[in-house]
Formats: sequence, C-alpha cells, structure tokens
Amino acid sequence: MKKSDWLERYQKMTSKYPERKKEFTTGSGTPVNSLYTPQDMGDTENAHYEQKIGYPGEYPYTRGVQHTMYRGRFWTMRQYAGFGDAEESNQRYRYLLDSGQTGLSVAFDLPTQIGYDSDHSMCKGEVGKVGVAIDTLKDMEILFKGIPVDKVSTSMTINAPASVLLAMYIVNAEKQGIKRSALTGTIQNDILKEYIARGTYIFPPTPSMRLITDIFEFCSKEVPKWNTISISGYHIREAGSSAAQEVGFTLADGIAYVDAAIKAGLGVDDFAPRLSFFFNAHNDLLEEVAKFRAARRLWARIMKDRFKAKDEKSLMLRFHTQTGGSTLTAQQPDNNIVRVAVQTLSAVLGGTQSLHTNSRDEALALPTEQSVTIALRTQQIIAEESGVTNTVDPLAGSYYVESLTDKIEEQAMQYISKIDDMGGVVKAIEGGYIQKEIQDSSYKYQLSVETKDRIVVGVNKYTMQETAKGELLRVNPEVEKKQVAKLASVKKERSMKDVEARLADVRKAAKEGTNLMPPIIEAVKVYASIGEICGVMREVFGEYKEKIII
Amino acid sequence: MSGKIRVLVAKPGLDGHDRGAKVVARALRDAGFEVIYTGLRKTPQEIARIALEEDVNAVGLSLLSGAHNELFPAVIAELKKAGLNDVIVFGGGVIPEEDIPFLKKSGLGAVFTPGTSLQTVVDFVKNNAKLR
Repeated sequence: MKKSDWLERYQKMTSKYPERKKEFTTGSGTPVNSLYTPQDMGDTENAHYEQKIGYPGEYPYTRGVQHTMYRGRFWTMRQYAGFGDAEESNQRYRYLLDSGQTGLSVAFDLPTQIGYDSDHSMCKGEVGKVGVAIDTLKDMEILFKGIPVDKVSTSMTINAPASVLLAMYIVNAEKQGIKRSALTGTIQNDILKEYIARGTYIFPPTPSMRLITDIFEFCSKEVPKWNTISISGYHIREAGSSAAQEVGFTLADGIAYVDAAIKAGLGVDDFAPRLSFFFNAHNDLLEEVAKFRAARRLWARIMKDRFKAKDEKSLMLRFHTQTGGSTLTAQQPDNNIVRVAVQTLSAVLGGTQSLHTNSRDEALALPTEQSVTIALRTQQIIAEESGVTNTVDPLAGSYYVESLTDKIEEQAMQYISKIDDMGGVVKAIEGGYIQKEIQDSSYKYQLSVETKDRIVVGVNKYTMQETAKGELLRVNPEVEKKQVAKLASVKKERSMKDVEARLADVRKAAKEGTNLMPPIIEAVKVYASIGEICGVMREVFGEYKEKIII
Repeated sequence: MSGKIRVLVAKPGLDGHDRGAKVVARALRDAGFEVIYTGLRKTPQEIARIALEEDVNAVGLSLLSGAHNELFPAVIAELKKAGLNDVIVFGGGVIPEEDIPFLKKSGLGAVFTPGTSLQTVVDFVKNNAKLR
C-alpha cells in the first residue's frame, strides 16, 4: 500500500466519522498530521515497512486497529468498580458516569465469581469485599437502576459463571424495554487464565470450554454487538510474568478458544470479530508500548495464516488495558499517581481501546472516591492535554521501539510454539508448565528487588518514616447480613415450582450438550440464584482441582 | 522428626491471588525450611487439619480479599481446637495498618504488608518457630 492509498481510505473514514477537531496542532501551534511514516523523514516506504509496520487500520495492524485512532475519539475510560451490595455500587457507577467516565466496568465479589450464593458456608467474610454481591436477578435490577444500558457499554469481570451474569444482564435490559441485540459490552469469560493465574475457576476445562463456545454461538445470533470474551494477559502479568510471557500465554489462550469454537462447528468469521483482549500496563514505558504493538501484529498473523480468517475484523486485536496493580506500593502511596500516569501513557501510545487506571491507595484497600477521581483525571489529562493523541502511533519508527516490538513478538511466538508442541494450552496448564514459568519469573523479580538490582522507589530506596496513610475505604461490615437477608426474601417471594422446573432444564441441557444460554436465561427470569444454577452445573460437570506447584 | 522446621503456607477463603504466597513459600524453602503449600480456597478447618497432618511448626496465611479480620482469627481458633497451641502463625496481604493490632491480639505473631522484604519473613520464622 502507498501512503496516498492509505490517505484516501483515511479520508473516506473521516467523512463518515469526523475527527475530534478540524485541525490538530502541537502545544506551541505547529500543525500535526494524522500519520508520520518514513516519507516524513525524506525516505520511501519500503517492503520492510509495509510488511512489519504498515498503516493504522490495515494489516498487520502494528500501528493500531483504526485509521484515525484518538483523532477520531478517545479510548473508553472505564474504571473497574463495585463493592458492598448493589445499591452502593449503583451509586458509585452513577458518580463515575457523572464525572465523565464513558463506560462501566463491574467488579463482582468472590462468592459471585465462584458461583456461590452469599449464604454459602464458604463465603464467610467475603461477601461484598472485592466487588458487588449478586445472587439473583433482583440484585442486577438494583445495580443498573437509572443507568441507560442501551447507551452505556458495560464490561463485567466474570468468568466461570459468565453465562449466568450475562443472562441476568440481558433479562434486566429486556425488562427495561431494551432489545438484547442493542446491548454493548464485554464479559471476561476467560477461564484458561483463571487456571493459570487468577483462581476463580469452578468447572474442569472441558465443560468450561463448552460453556464459552455456547456463549460465542448464542451471542453471534442474539447479542451481536457483545464482546463475548476478553482474553486476559492482565492477571498473568500480575502473577509475575514478563511482558513477552504475557503476550505469548494470552495469545496461546486465544488460539485455544478459536480452536474450541471451530471444533464446536462455528465458522471462524462468525465469532472472531467479537473476541477482545485485556492487557496490563507496567512501568517500563517503551517496553509496554512495544508489547501492545507486538501483540496486535502477532494476533493478526495467527488469525490470517493459522485460522484462515477472511473478515478483517477477525484479524484485529482490540484490547482493554488496566494499569499494573502489582506495581503499586503501600509505601508513600501518592507516588502511585505518577506510576499510573506513566502506565497510562504506555497504554495510550500502544493504542488501547479502553482503559482502567488504578488508584493510589490500592496497595492498602479498595480505593476511595477521591482516589478514583484522581485516577480518572489522569486519563483525562493524557487525553486532553498531553498531545500524544493528535497523531496515530507516534512512536512508530523509533529504532528502539520497533526493535523491541520485533523481539517481544519473537519471544511470544516461541512460547506459543512450545505450547503447541505440548498439545495446547489445556495440556500445558494440566502439566503445570505455564504456572511454573510465571512463578519462576515472579520469584526472580522479587529476588532482584531484595538485592536492589531493581529499585522500587519508597520501598528499597528513598524510603522514609511514614505516619498515617490517610483515609481508606472500608466495606460496610453489615453488608453480608443484609445480602443474606435480601436473598432469603427473594427466595420467599418467587415460585419454587418454576425455579425447580427451570433448573431441571439447565440440568438437561448440561447433560445433553445443547446450548446452555437459553435455559439459563429462563432460570434467571424466575429468580433462580447464581448458586442454584451453578450448583446444578457443579453436579453435572464436577469441579476443577488445581495443580499445586511451588 | 528430623531437625527441620516445617512451615505451612495457606490460602484461606476464596481469594485467588497466590503470587505472594508462592514467592514466600519459595523463599522459606530456599532458606532451609520444609515448606508445604495448601493451594487455593481452603477453609479454616482444612488448614488446621493439614497443619496437624503435616506436623508443622509455623503457619503462614495469605489473603488479599479483605476478609482477613474474619478468616485469620477463624484459622487460629481451628488450630487451637486441633491442639496446635505451639504453632506460630503469621499473615500477609493487602491489610490496612489499623487492622494489625486486632489481628495480633487474635494470635497472629506477625502481619506482613506489601513491600515487606523476604528476609524479614524468613527471619521471623527463624526466630519464632520452634521444633517440638
């Protein structure tokens, strides 16, 4: 492709979707073009440029998945939030939307994520702690009260019981008079990284993969604008992996999902455009930028060459980013604001589609409203003031960034090949290979902090005596009692006969292998609880047993 | 019994964050202790049972979900119920400073928060765990 051809496409795009401004300039007034290429240095675009780097919105998407990127519109600013019960979380969501946030991201508590009701004996002390407690459709109705779910996209961090929460979201919307086909959002729905790094699995791999492909199939017909999965490197990185491992293991997971869906009889271009990704942003700014660019290029090549995808949307790696929780320090917590700003820059210079910025106090507790506001303002300052959004992929052509991009792509591909040789990701997890690789990296990291080969400001250098840490958010200790009481009253009001009949349908579908989404939706409608629905599936599918390695 | 101190590293509750638990387990092993790791999602009863069966001298609890005020004291109560009165217990995770006095009063020998060096944890076990 010639630059003139690309500019033609670009103009077509901007006549359809106008840019944010008529003219872009630097802070001092110099005009800024949409794109810079070797031509701007007096060079010509050669075959190497075309193959490895190319143009934004064009294969292999190294420079981004859209032609205009942030000249068109900024990324979606989406703070992950939720705690206590549905009422409290609803209030936080409304506050965030009022503060200029452009999408919602729901954090569920651990009982919800593991498919237990709040009154289960395993849940003592955990209800409402790391996210909002959801037992039945009733809670979902309260959670989204007064929020126009046809206008706001919602991301839900839910994996093993993703079908149940998606069903609740659909039913709640329909009760508000909104068609399921109009809904936009994402469910994380990525069970493989739960086995690898995050820990909220329920069922063994085979039925878990089937639940996921059931969702792919159902949504491709019924909820076409929904992102059916968010294939996540975030937690792999948090568990201690390197940048290249984050890309390699995440894309290997992606390959497993594509394989499973094809095996289930779906056509690659029917579901692949709705696959999305989720990455971490750590402190090494340029390495992180290279990582995002490498991931995009590598996925495009995998989808084209390995899976023969034809739809160009199937080739595009669209991703959400969260700044790195494990990089935050409990010491001198205000320093975290600066770390988050650097990480935000890496995500933006790497071309993210949406972003969560962590708050300064998250090494201590859940963030206060004030801390969340600073985190959101950090995104807004980078978007509106820094100037890095005025041109597409501004770091392209940097010798260092391009060479790091190549390096990370190459290392990630080595991991993928190794996992292929083992028979795929599930085998590599069952054998403990991936977990061990990550643990080795994380232990090496910790030892380097210990020996001060790696400096963490405020922790092993520039330390000081600190007094009180300021105000922290505490989850209301009454929430567990309140939630258990609410569940009991819902259970009293509903028809037990309907619940039993609908649960029997779920059991039947689970056993017979028909798509589980329709019976789960029907069960949710009659206020069957998440614990009851997952309980039926636990009976049929059994539970996963972790492979313990240290 | 051999002359090695035995340490159980445990994950009570539903929390899936095991990076810290595993790093600490490895550091303790490298420091010469016998280390047993429970894996995720153990109830206080299960942790006490494993501690008894494995005849450990110390138990390290890791929790990042905020349920420490409920679960740490519950583990200590179960250990006592199992007759393991001489086992030293320590904990770590995302734990606000103001919760530490309560946890210590409940019987935790030490609470390690983010940024703690591995040597500090190793030294604590060295100085406090006793062979039977």
